Amino acid sequence: MRFKTALFVALALCLAAAQAIGGTLDDVKKKGFVSAGVSGKVPGFSVPDDKGFWLGLDVDFCRAVAAAVFDDPNKVKFVPVTTKERFTALQTGEIDILSRNTTWTLQRDAEQGLEFVGTLFYDGQGFMVNKKLGVKSAKDLNGASICIQIGTTTEMNVSDYFAANGMKYKPVVFESADEAAVIYDSGRCDVYTTDASGLAARRTTLSKPEDNVILPEIISKEPLGPAVRQSDGQWVDIVRWTLFVLLNAEELGVTSKNVDQMLKSENPDVKRLLGTEGTYGEMLGLTKDWAYRIIKHVGNYGELFEKNVGPNTALKLERGLNAQWNKGGIMYAPPVR
Amino acid sequence: MYVKRERSPSLPPPRSEAGVVGWLRANLFSSWPNALMTLAGLALLLYSLPPFLKWAVIDANWLGDSREGCLPPLGDAAGACWVFIKVRLGLLMYGFYPEAERWRIDLAGILLAAAGGQLVAGSLLRAATGRGRRLTGLFPLAGVLLSLALFGILPGLVACAYLAAPDILARARPGRLLLGLAHRPQLHLAARLGLAAGAGAALALGFGAAGQGLAVALSLLAASLIFIALGAYGQSAASVRFSLLLGVYPVICYALLLGGGLDLPLVDTDNWGGLFLTLVIAGVGIATSLPVGILLALGRRSRMPVIKALSVSFIEFIRGVPLISVLFMASVMLPLTLPAGMHVNKLLRALVGVSLFYSAYMAEVVRGGLQAIPRGQYEAAEALGLRYWRVMRLVILPQALRLVIPGITNTFLGLLKDTTLVAVINLMDILGILKSALADTRWLGFTKEAYVFAGVVFWVICFGLSRYSMLLEKRLKPGRN
Amino acid sequence: MTDPARARLPQRSLLTDPVVRAVIIQIAVFALVAGVLAFAAVNTAENLKRAGIASGFGFFNQVAGFDVSQSLVEYSRASTYGRVFLVGLLNTLLVSSVSIVVATVLGFAVGLLRLSGNWLVSRMAAVYVEILRNVPLLLQILFWYIAILNPLPGPRQAMSLFDTIFLCNRGLIIPWPVFLPGSWLVLVAFLLALAGGAGLVLWARRRQRLTGKRFPAYVSSLGLIILLPLVALAAAGFPIRWDLPELSGFNFAGGLTLQPEFTALVLALSLYTAAFIAENVRAGIEAVDKGQIEAAHSLGLRPAPTMRLVVVPQALRVIIPPLTSQHLTLVKNSSLAVVIGYPDLVSVFAGTTLNQTGQAVEIIAITMLVYLTISLAISLFMNWYNARVAILER
Repeated sequence: MRFKTALFVALALCLAAAQAIGGTLDDVKKKGFVSAGVSGKVPGFSVPDDKGFWLGLDVDFCRAVAAAVFDDPNKVKFVPVTTKERFTALQTGEIDILSRNTTWTLQRDAEQGLEFVGTLFYDGQGFMVNKKLGVKSAKDLNGASICIQIGTTTEMNVSDYFAANGMKYKPVVFESADEAAVIYDSGRCDVYTTDASGLAARRTTLSKPEDNVILPEIISKEPLGPAVRQSDGQWVDIVRWTLFVLLNAEELGVTSKNVDQMLKSENPDVKRLLGTEGTYGEMLGLTKDWAYRIIKHVGNYGELFEKNVGPNTALKLERGLNAQWNKGGIMYAPPVR
Repeated sequence: MYVKRERSPSLPPPRSEAGVVGWLRANLFSSWPNALMTLAGLALLLYSLPPFLKWAVIDANWLGDSREGCLPPLGDAAGACWVFIKVRLGLLMYGFYPEAERWRIDLAGILLAAAGGQLVAGSLLRAATGRGRRLTGLFPLAGVLLSLALFGILPGLVACAYLAAPDILARARPGRLLLGLAHRPQLHLAARLGLAAGAGAALALGFGAAGQGLAVALSLLAASLIFIALGAYGQSAASVRFSLLLGVYPVICYALLLGGGLDLPLVDTDNWGGLFLTLVIAGVGIATSLPVGILLALGRRSRMPVIKALSVSFIEFIRGVPLISVLFMASVMLPLTLPAGMHVNKLLRALVGVSLFYSAYMAEVVRGGLQAIPRGQYEAAEALGLRYWRVMRLVILPQALRLVIPGITNTFLGLLKDTTLVAVINLMDILGILKSALADTRWLGFTKEAYVFAGVVFWVICFGLSRYSMLLEKRLKPGRN
Repeated sequence: MTDPARARLPQRSLLTDPVVRAVIIQIAVFALVAGVLAFAAVNTAENLKRAGIASGFGFFNQVAGFDVSQSLVEYSRASTYGRVFLVGLLNTLLVSSVSIVVATVLGFAVGLLRLSGNWLVSRMAAVYVEILRNVPLLLQILFWYIAILNPLPGPRQAMSLFDTIFLCNRGLIIPWPVFLPGSWLVLVAFLLALAGGAGLVLWARRRQRLTGKRFPAYVSSLGLIILLPLVALAAAGFPIRWDLPELSGFNFAGGLTLQPEFTALVLALSLYTAAFIAENVRAGIEAVDKGQIEAAHSLGLRPAPTMRLVVVPQALRVIIPPLTSQHLTLVKNSSLAVVIGYPDLVSVFAGTTLNQTGQAVEIIAITMLVYLTISLAISLFMNWYNARVAILER
């Protein structure tokens, strides 16, 4: 009896293992949704509203991938992962995309088995302090207590910056950026640090936003982007080119509103993008109209930016580095051809 | 010479020894140090209690549904802001479970309260009065009526079927089917298992259309129901009720709470949260850790060296590490040990972690009980020709478990309190919800209210459970008829 | 079969022979467990290989590159992950040992008060125990940290005692001695006094046993321990300077800062554990037979010596084992430090280091091993102690 049970269990496990060997795309199609790891706690990037509907730039990017694969942006399952779990979750296939404001670094690329598909948002780390302290520059922060989230590049950047400037500080480290902000708000720390976009977002959630200022210094480069498993080239390409479609669409002026008229456009770039010319989608293992689906359902990069983090949102971020390359920014997508 | 013939009436005690004054003297001011201690105690009470009561009750704000209700024009800033809790109550109880579906949790709760309440009240009443079977019937009745009134016909019928089942099964005919095999326990068991499994498999095929998860759940439900039903004849209704609670109720809950077919939309475990999730984790943890703990304890006392070594190393390993590291292991390391493409849901991983952790503690408690049973009991049982498992099941375990009820309760309480740790791996239990609520822009600065509320919730549950266990212990004391 | 009893048994099938069965069952269980472990190990290795993660302990020598807010040993951002491990471990041990001392003292006090004849005091002790032990520890830690210590005023409005001790939301800041050259003399004097005191007590005990004459050994050795270092201090010309805290910039400079994270953790851990210890103490004292006390009284012992010579030694035998396991639990519970950012082992090693290096398997294994070692050490001590009191029994 026991032997049989053991045998049966082993057999079932082998079957489960055998079933898994196949591309991520097939896997995703079979289960009927894209599984996306998000942070779940950063306003403007990924946060559930009080009905449990997910909002934010990171989240909408995952919807774009789902739109490309399924023609339905809602076929995404959002899995909130902690900073500690995020890489394991991706490596083991629990999630298909990690879209969790993760900084693209060499170590992560090389040692963690990840492939960053590009940069969704160019960010940099900054500091926020209470106005009452009268601090004008990050150079005045010698001896300050700083609230930080645990185990992120943030923690290292602060250390680098203070060491480089010959200053001292006291780190106060928390499991989540949320907690760090709450604790900063309570007065335990003089300074709160995270990516500049995060600072803007956090400031809106403090008890007295107007009492806090964001210091002018940006102390690091933080290219935040979606990551996928390195081992599956096809899936890497799909996710990477979803990002490029978003950017190209903005550059070419294709939006979710005018995409149907654009189908009749004579511009060869637009034609290639929307699949009225060539078989670019099929090269990726998708359909011809994959880019049309993305733009139709989700919009282009500019639209997403405006909707989630732009000047009309609580975050009030300018495009800055995130503008198109021909508009003063560094967003530059390779062409679809 | 005068001799007094009759007793003179006894004098009343001196005034300083009787009444309030006497009590005060004896209990509070019997000596100088004692009086000083009393005064110090009083001072401490006066120093701490009135401000707390003023904050929590007198100056507290109960009205309104926004932050303004707690600020000066409408409320009193010096008092607690219970409005904050009131507004968040839904979230704190149910997490992100969709509002339209919350009745499913309520139904599960009512079923548990009715079935469990009947068992508990039955035991308590028997302890107090020696009878009271009639009165306990009120629980299922109330459960059925409540379900009918609140949720409509179909849920009401489910409740009715579940709650009436023990009394019906204990008398019903199908139970007699296998009565002929009763003297061959192994055959009897095999027949029950076979029939139940067969029916379950048949149903699984038939239900295939109803959605995968639900089909499995329903087949399992039918199978466990049949298994229990076939063995129910001749048992007391209370013991059938207990088996149903252990065997059928979890399956009902699984189907009901997760859904995914039969007009019940799927509610993913990512949306589970609040006190509900806390109770799910505690419930599953308790239901698995006790049996696994018993097995481990038996393993540790086994005469087979391999089994003993394995049990000892598991128990000692788990007891030597903090729960938080086990949870980290479940959340970060466990996925790495599975084959590619095979994933275990995060909640399930946490459940496995919590259950395994507490099994080890339970094993040590049970071992304490096993060791306290005199050898003669084992030998007598063996002399009667009973095999190992029957010795354990019929003779040793009933006595051993009764001895360690306080230990088991303490372990349960520890488990219940430790469910809060799952907030550390990002599950939204009641503490997780509170933490996210504290980060809400509109409600900053009400941390004391949040923690006091959660503290009171846990305190009520834990204190209640510990008192119930004391009663149970008293009732089961050996030597009582 | 040489065993005659056995040989007479009717021949049975091999499967029903208990010995054979036991062997089969053991092999089966062992195979199952080994199979599951091997399965997990193979999968892990494969997963790691596929993800391109190098396994091993090489990361111990890499530069950490982050800072830690509290450290008992020299630590800077240029230190290695190995150093981070040490810092975390020491912080865990520090917070555990301080809490153990506080919890034990408080627990004994509450347990004794609970048994006091004073109605009010014993009720208050009961309420303390029932409230504290029925509320989750995690909640208590957060309560102390977020609801009590964080809302304290900032450093510039700090509450102060004689302008030397300050309490604010940066922690409790107290003056701290700085030892100048020459202070070794004081240390030597202190050690000498300790040794002398111990000798005095031993001598006094012997004398009482032999002659029945008493000598106030405890008081005189206490005097020795206080006086001798003071004399040495004066002789060396007071080589100790007090480092006083003072406000400079954002925070206090100088003195010793007990960070709120540390304070909250010690408060929560010791108050919570004290409730359990109090119950152990009560049970232990109640376990001493009433007849023992009555016998002691009838021998003419007054209440204090009765307690010291009769009740406590017997009660301790019951109290110590659960007390040690409470201490053990406390050490494990100190891992909850991670929720309030106290840099213990779980926070800096299984937290930051794990995140930076991605070596989940190695780091979690090491962390568990450390706690396992601590618990085994404490259990060994407990076994030793049990053996000792068992010998004293007869």
